[in-house]
Amino acid sequence: MLALALVLSASGAASADARKDAQSQVSFGISVAQRGLWQEAVFRWERAAEIDPTYAAAYNNLGIAFEQLGKFEQAGKAYEKALELEPQNLSIQQNYDLFKEINDRAKRNSGS
Amino acid sequence: MTARRGIPVASLVLGAALSVAGCTSVFEVPIDTPIQAKLDVTPFQRVHVVGFVAGGAEDVDANMETVRLLRSQLRTKSRLRVIEADPLPLQQVAREQSAPAARSGNGGGATDAAPVPGTMPFPARIQDEKDLEAYEALFANAAYWKKIGEEFQQPLIVTGTVIFRPHQASGIVTQEREVYDQFGRRQVVPMRVYMERKGYILRPKFVFIDGRTGAVLYQESYREERLYPTQQNVPALSSFFEQMDAVLPSFLNTLSTTRVRGSRILLK
Repeated sequence: MLALALVLSASGAASADARKDAQSQVSFGISVAQRGLWQEAVFRWERAAEIDPTYAAAYNNLGIAFEQLGKFEQAGKAYEKALELEPQNLSIQQNYDLFKEINDRAKRNSGS
Repeated sequence: MTARRGIPVASLVLGAALSVAGCTSVFEVPIDTPIQAKLDVTPFQRVHVVGFVAGGAEDVDANMETVRLLRSQLRTKSRLRVIEADPLPLQQVAREQSAPAARSGNGGGATDAAPVPGTMPFPARIQDEKDLEAYEALFANAAYWKKIGEEFQQPLIVTGTVIFRPHQASGIVTQEREVYDQFGRRQVVPMRVYMERKGYILRPKFVFIDGRTGAVLYQESYREERLYPTQQNVPALSSFFEQMDAVLPSFLNTLSTTRVRGSRILLK
């Protein structure tokens, strides 16, 4: 019992550490995105998603960055992953809805 | 002591509760999304807005105004060089192409390039959309457009049709009205009122033709409508430009990448 508690506690601490590391990557990504450095932001948010694959904010932000860079397929996948992780998050849903409008227009232009 | 220790515990519990509830910091950020052009215009160096088959309101020359507007927009918002030449008399060209005289080779200039038998009679005056049907064969006449292309060093040719006509409508509309309650407080409330309105309908169709082959590359139609209260005397030309303003971004996006401004919410 004690061993199980120790294992659970250790894994909880590890995931808390991962979230903390991922959060610092996300924060840095936000600060560079606000200065227009979207490529660097993508690098940071991809890193955050690697560290903590359950971190919806990292995927949401990646969706925005890919949109800004005109990479619509990757943007769609990132938003969908964010919504899969946090289906009730209204901010992600709103971003995704706005993205879909732009994506539809881009698809019409390319004739696909 | 107990009280002092209680505060951090309470804040931890609150923090955990917020975390569980998914409370995150949000940052609104402006974005500028690039939308690729509808047409690949890399084979062209020049663009020739040759004119439009136009009609409708008598007080606006929809052909000349559209040519002027598109050329000025293309000059500043496209990498293509705009050819400055007199617009072609397309209505006359269409008539000549369908006339027997043109078939026997008596037509003049580029119009005798490839006569097209007209199947529909040409209206005396173009007033609305149905009057344009007789002119459709003109845009499909690849031999004619190829000849025009050769005259101007094979540019991208922009042509089409434009209808700009007056329109009247009456019915219930929602207006915002100021009202004051018994305490003198001002409120703005929506009110439904019957109103007679007049305005204009704009229906442009832009046809993009390859000046090397004469083939239609792409075409797109739009419909805009503006109605104004009858007491508001809006000049036809002003309404024309107001409606063209709504159409221009999509027109320009046919030839060049445009950026759509918006904002999104970054999460932490």
